[in-house]
Amino acid sequence: MAVLAKGDNEGGKVVDTMPLPTYHSLAAPVRKPVDKFALLPAFLKVRGLVKEHIDSFNYFIDKGIKKIVEANNRIEARNDPSIYLRYLDVRVGMPSIYENCNVESITPHLCRLTDRTYSAPIEVDIQYTVGKQHVVKRRNKFIIGYMPIMLRSSACILNEMDEDELAKYGECPLDPGGYFVVKGTEKVILIQEQLSKNRIIVDTDSKGRVIASVTSSTHAIKSKTVVLMDKGKIYLQLNQFTKPIPIIVVMKAMGMESDQEAVQMVGRDPRYGDLLFPSIQECASERIYTRQQALQYMDEKVMYPGATNNKEGRSNSILHDVFIAHVPVKDGNLRPKCIYTAVMLRRMLDAILNSDTFDDKDYVGNKRFELSGQLISLLFEDLFKTMNSQAVERMNKNSDKTRSSPLDFSQLIMQDTITFGLERAISTGNWDIKRFRMHRKGVSQVLSRLSYMATLGYMTRITPQFEKTRKTSGPRALQPSQWGMLCPCDTPEGEACGLTKNLALLSHITTDQEEGPLIDLCHSLGVEDLLFLSSEEIHAPGSFLVMLNGLILGKHKDPQRLVIHLRNLRRSNVIGEFVSIFINEKQRCVHIASDGGRVCRPLIIADMGISRIDETHMTKLRDGTYDFDDFLSGGLIEYLDVNEENNALIALYEHMDQDDVERSSITHIEIEPLSILGVVSGLIPYPHHNQSPRNTYQCAMGKQAMGNIAYNQLFRADSLLYLLVYAQRPLLTTKTIELVGYDKLGAGQNATVAVMGYSGYDIEDAIVMNKSSLDRGFGRCIALKKYTVLKDNYVDGVSDRIVKPQRDKDGVLMKQNMRALDDDGIVAPGQIIRNHDIYVNKQTPMNTSKGIGRPLTDSCYKDSPAIYKGVDGETTVVDRVMLCSDTNDKLSIKCIIRHTRRPEVGDKFSSRHGQKGVCGTIIQQEDFPFSERGICPDLIMNPHGFPSRMTIGKMIELLGGKAGVSCGRFHYGSAFGEPSGNADNVADISSTLIKHGFSYNGKDFLYSGILGQPLEAYIFMGPIYYQKLKHMVLDKMHARASGPRVLLTRQPTEGRSRDGGLRLGEMERDCLIAYGASMLIFERLMLSSDPYQVQVCRKCGLLGYYNHKLKTSYCSMCKNGENMAKMRLPYACKLLFQELHAMNVVPRLKLTEV
Amino acid sequence: MPKKGTKSKEVDNAPNQQENKLPDYLEVQRTRVVCNADAPIHTQGYQYSGTFAAMGVDNSVSVEKFCKNFKIEINRLTEDDMEFDMIGIDASIANAFRRILIAEVPTMAIEKIFMVDNTSVIADEVLSHRLGLIPLRADPRLFDYISENDVPNERNTVVYKLHVSCPKGSQRITVKSSELEWLPEGSQLSMAAPAQSGDKQKTFTSFSQSQKEILEEPLGVKFKDITIARLGPGQAIELEAHAVKGVGKVHAKWSPVATAWYRMLPEVVILKDIEGDDAEELVKKCPVNVFDIEDLGNGGKRAVVAKPRACTLCRECVMGPNGNQVELRRVRDHFIFTIESTGALPPEVLFTEAVKILEEKCERVISELS
Repeated sequence: MAVLAKGDNEGGKVVDTMPLPTYHSLAAPVRKPVDKFALLPAFLKVRGLVKEHIDSFNYFIDKGIKKIVEANNRIEARNDPSIYLRYLDVRVGMPSIYENCNVESITPHLCRLTDRTYSAPIEVDIQYTVGKQHVVKRRNKFIIGYMPIMLRSSACILNEMDEDELAKYGECPLDPGGYFVVKGTEKVILIQEQLSKNRIIVDTDSKGRVIASVTSSTHAIKSKTVVLMDKGKIYLQLNQFTKPIPIIVVMKAMGMESDQEAVQMVGRDPRYGDLLFPSIQECASERIYTRQQALQYMDEKVMYPGATNNKEGRSNSILHDVFIAHVPVKDGNLRPKCIYTAVMLRRMLDAILNSDTFDDKDYVGNKRFELSGQLISLLFEDLFKTMNSQAVERMNKNSDKTRSSPLDFSQLIMQDTITFGLERAISTGNWDIKRFRMHRKGVSQVLSRLSYMATLGYMTRITPQFEKTRKTSGPRALQPSQWGMLCPCDTPEGEACGLTKNLALLSHITTDQEEGPLIDLCHSLGVEDLLFLSSEEIHAPGSFLVMLNGLILGKHKDPQRLVIHLRNLRRSNVIGEFVSIFINEKQRCVHIASDGGRVCRPLIIADMGISRIDETHMTKLRDGTYDFDDFLSGGLIEYLDVNEENNALIALYEHMDQDDVERSSITHIEIEPLSILGVVSGLIPYPHHNQSPRNTYQCAMGKQAMGNIAYNQLFRADSLLYLLVYAQRPLLTTKTIELVGYDKLGAGQNATVAVMGYSGYDIEDAIVMNKSSLDRGFGRCIALKKYTVLKDNYVDGVSDRIVKPQRDKDGVLMKQNMRALDDDGIVAPGQIIRNHDIYVNKQTPMNTSKGIGRPLTDSCYKDSPAIYKGVDGETTVVDRVMLCSDTNDKLSIKCIIRHTRRPEVGDKFSSRHGQKGVCGTIIQQEDFPFSERGICPDLIMNPHGFPSRMTIGKMIELLGGKAGVSCGRFHYGSAFGEPSGNADNVADISSTLIKHGFSYNGKDFLYSGILGQPLEAYIFMGPIYYQKLKHMVLDKMHARASGPRVLLTRQPTEGRSRDGGLRLGEMERDCLIAYGASMLIFERLMLSSDPYQVQVCRKCGLLGYYNHKLKTSYCSMCKNGENMAKMRLPYACKLLFQELHAMNVVPRLKLTEV
Repeated sequence: MPKKGTKSKEVDNAPNQQENKLPDYLEVQRTRVVCNADAPIHTQGYQYSGTFAAMGVDNSVSVEKFCKNFKIEINRLTEDDMEFDMIGIDASIANAFRRILIAEVPTMAIEKIFMVDNTSVIADEVLSHRLGLIPLRADPRLFDYISENDVPNERNTVVYKLHVSCPKGSQRITVKSSELEWLPEGSQLSMAAPAQSGDKQKTFTSFSQSQKEILEEPLGVKFKDITIARLGPGQAIELEAHAVKGVGKVHAKWSPVATAWYRMLPEVVILKDIEGDDAEELVKKCPVNVFDIEDLGNGGKRAVVAKPRACTLCRECVMGPNGNQVELRRVRDHFIFTIESTGALPPEVLFTEAVKILEEKCERVISELS
């Protein structure tokens, strides 16, 4: 095999090498391994990179919004229920804008450029009564507000467009969509991670007590129920009760008066009885035997916020509505809740008896991910209800006052509530919904357009719910259950480390699915309803409970068969593909889940270890006759969520045997191992050869790399955009790079790197760069900055004006800094603009408070030009000027100013392996070493970067890149790709190198460019993909001698933007004190800061003043100028004295002669 | 100066030198760089004249010896590149030529762009940068350097014009370097509106005569197929480019060579006879076929060095268990020099120019010293 692999490197054609056969596979007759890789692009074609966002939003637009409106479909006047309005249907229309009484359709790009919101009208069909006779009228397409539309969703105009059409609309085909355009800025609603709702979680609390908790969430109410064991006794804790209630009391209050039955419900095992005994005893000691007594006892403990009396019956309603609220109560029958409580107890007691059965809160199966659709639906529900109640409010007010006017609900519904409510929430990111007690900040964030990778990274990001300040390591640790679902590399460093996560390449997040058909199906498959069973029978041996989305559906006598049947039904498309069927042997439960927010991933189904997919399927896929959905419906592939994965045995490769695994027990086969990584970490070549933190660093840095951002990058109006002039595709690619389109929108260049010490300016990771390479365009970048000027309108039609540059009679400009202006008073595209130049020659009226009535003359205006603040000595060019009217009908002028920069000393560069470094020095090409073939490196990197970082991947990238350029084929370095042929072997690379006359180890014989002699070592040299990061000295460099001062304290200003001074801080001061450099301290802290001369009265010790007319100093306290002395002190000190004076504190200076 | 890098170990019969010979291992150290599998050794050489004085061997440098031993053999010479052997010279001097070729031989390159119109997607600065890097066919020897306060005239500036537009409704076009048009009469752009009609318009150059009269052949660009930009329908580029004389030290665009470099002559020595299968293996190992098989008769085979020049130092032959049977060496005073010209001047002229510059430098040093 190895010999065969050597042969295929030539010719530029990729021949997939078969993996090396192992001992086992040689012995056993195995089928030829199937190249499953084509499934990945097929998956991404169907699902896309951000399909979860779009799916979720589509679900809301298509179904969710209808449900919400249907649930609140009738509003009526309070005093006269016959006046009403009924919502019959609701739709979201096509994105459009209502302007000047006509409807105009809008495109996302137009919205981005003109600061508008990309939104579509929410159209409802309504039926309402008109007039006093209550004539019923119907109206269709009544607009109740505008809904921001997610790009590429089903309501977006870009939906299902091909590349040409997208280009026509100014959209980049590689842009994933899944975000909103609100007021011109692109906003992503991040995926929110939270603990799953409606599931029993057994855990220990901070005091070490065992607790079983359920967070119930229904449309009506959200509540948290906690059952805890304290000192051997079990209690119920609810926010509505002041104290924990003994659980047996609760059972009794729900009608479980017999202790025996309660114990039977929990289970017949005597150990349960032993554990329950103290609780029963406590109940008995309180003398509670009947339901009535129990309710009475609980009534006492009810918490009444504010109200005083009438506690009676409260606890009963709490038990009905709040206690495990998601368990439905039919006709006042509390038995389901009893059973549920018993199951909770049983789980808890199990955990006490066997600590293995504790739930892990950090387990991904216990997590749910909230997506934009769900979040918007919450917001919409709230706003819709608010709008309706406001309408009712107005109706009531109206009916009180004017009886003659026709009363009509359709006139009282205001669009603004929903339109502005949605817009405000998405643009600020604050989800404040009082109705659901939800106060979240930072839900939506501005989509970073720093690089293509940053954009994609935002779309897959998952933010945690809980605060980041906690020092706990549990939630931050890498969970084994994240395998294939969440990227193990891509997480930020620092406080959010391990909490903020990213989706893996193939993972998908489910949306809600109908429960009804599933329930019916389960019953027909033999699930017995518990209401028809006695308490004893619930936990009969051999039978398992069946839970659907956390609700007890019933029990089944042959759970294995049920599970097999259900799975077969799923594979044959009878039930949804995202339904998870999971059998938990420990809990003796079958969990069926169809709720939204679970992560799942596709896997190939294997029967007895033999993949259902064979070469014929893959041929069909490659021919295009089959797509991913055919694989799903054909029962070849299925989605498994984290829980169901526990019932599966997943092999990495079909053709490779593991020593300790029985082949026939394998149920599934991975599609591709590289899919355990995410999008951003997928661009690292050979990540599996790197030390893991390096990959994490790279994930953070890849987002700062400059490159091409989108195909429409030059037509965008971002406030800051960095572009690389000659961005390249990496020589050493990965399959992920091709899948996500990084090869089309690269962010870096292939640099020939020599790993050696050179010049001493390469310590601490600095790199030495070749000046000729820079001359030829290496690392050259363009910074585009947007400057916006608003032409304000004032009362009475008075507004700012933009005037042409003033010239004297010879036609010479009045001011030099107007040279960049065009005759319209706005800067001309293509003009060179320098520091302090005017870019919009604006004038503001002197009097803006009210108009004078007559036309304003020139003298009524004062200059208020927009002055460009740039770096002195740098030439920047006006790229574009855009004029548009903003939402308030003001003219907004956007000037985009371009600056082309070549790398300079101090600019930051990085390879794709978390190896960042600044440019240490730039050296002439002739001084650079050169190889026997005349190759001269573009940059030199110090070898000390390797030993401690252990980035072997970078070395392999160099080798692979070198082999790639010599044989003319892009080499691959996909994660874990060597066995499947998605990454080239080092052995193969080395043989390619040898074939082209290089040393197998990539080390070349180099000559010194300065001495002309050969270097005394072979130098590791070859191409590595280098990224230029956005941190450039030009933006950070700062120094000043004397400069501006703060008005109040007369001390130098602070910060680069204000041209501030460099502070000699406390610690620096300490050093000088310790050293004894008193004059230096005096000079720094006084002379160079804020020296001030004051007149001090020697007698009273207060500050006086100097009378310039009389040329004497005077003490205003002593009323004479006799004992005055001059002294110097910091102005801040004088200020302090005066401030103390103002507070009735008298500081006195006592002067003595020296 | 080290000895001539031939294999025959002739000793110079200089009158002041005795019939002394260095022992073989020292001779190798003195005249060869040995490329071992792990690292090259003896890369530095012996500069001190008296290094081997104790053994009666003179290691000094003298003009006579240099003149006697120095030799240049041209291997390949085409329009754009050449390869020649420079024998009997020290690395520092060979390197000086290389450095001068890269950085100090002047050429003409576009330095100033007067952009009249550019509606293409390429930014003005990037377009200018691209134009600057285009090799021009203009003999720099016929022009003077222009300093900051000089007026551009026919002696120091070459003016090119680029005016392309892509008509609306047509296909996208690629602007190639062939579109650059030489303006022998100087700039055609007027600085400002003429104060009085009848005045000669003031342009950005002040040519006193047409360059056609000075130059024997018309100027242009060396390569016609360099892509400058792409134009979509309705886009246009109109500009004037002024080329001036400069050196590669300032900007790589003035470098007359794509690159110029040398390598030391490879010498492959088989230390111990390699016969039979080992010989076959050795021949197979080498990707550039340095070795060949000599038939010893009656089936015997022996490896011999056939093409040592081809050695690219992959070091396959010195690695592995039989690695110690072969030694790879480089001859210290024999340089295989390659010049790849960008086209302004032919490579052989470039080299003579480089020699002239070095000469000039030496003269300057001498005159400064005296």
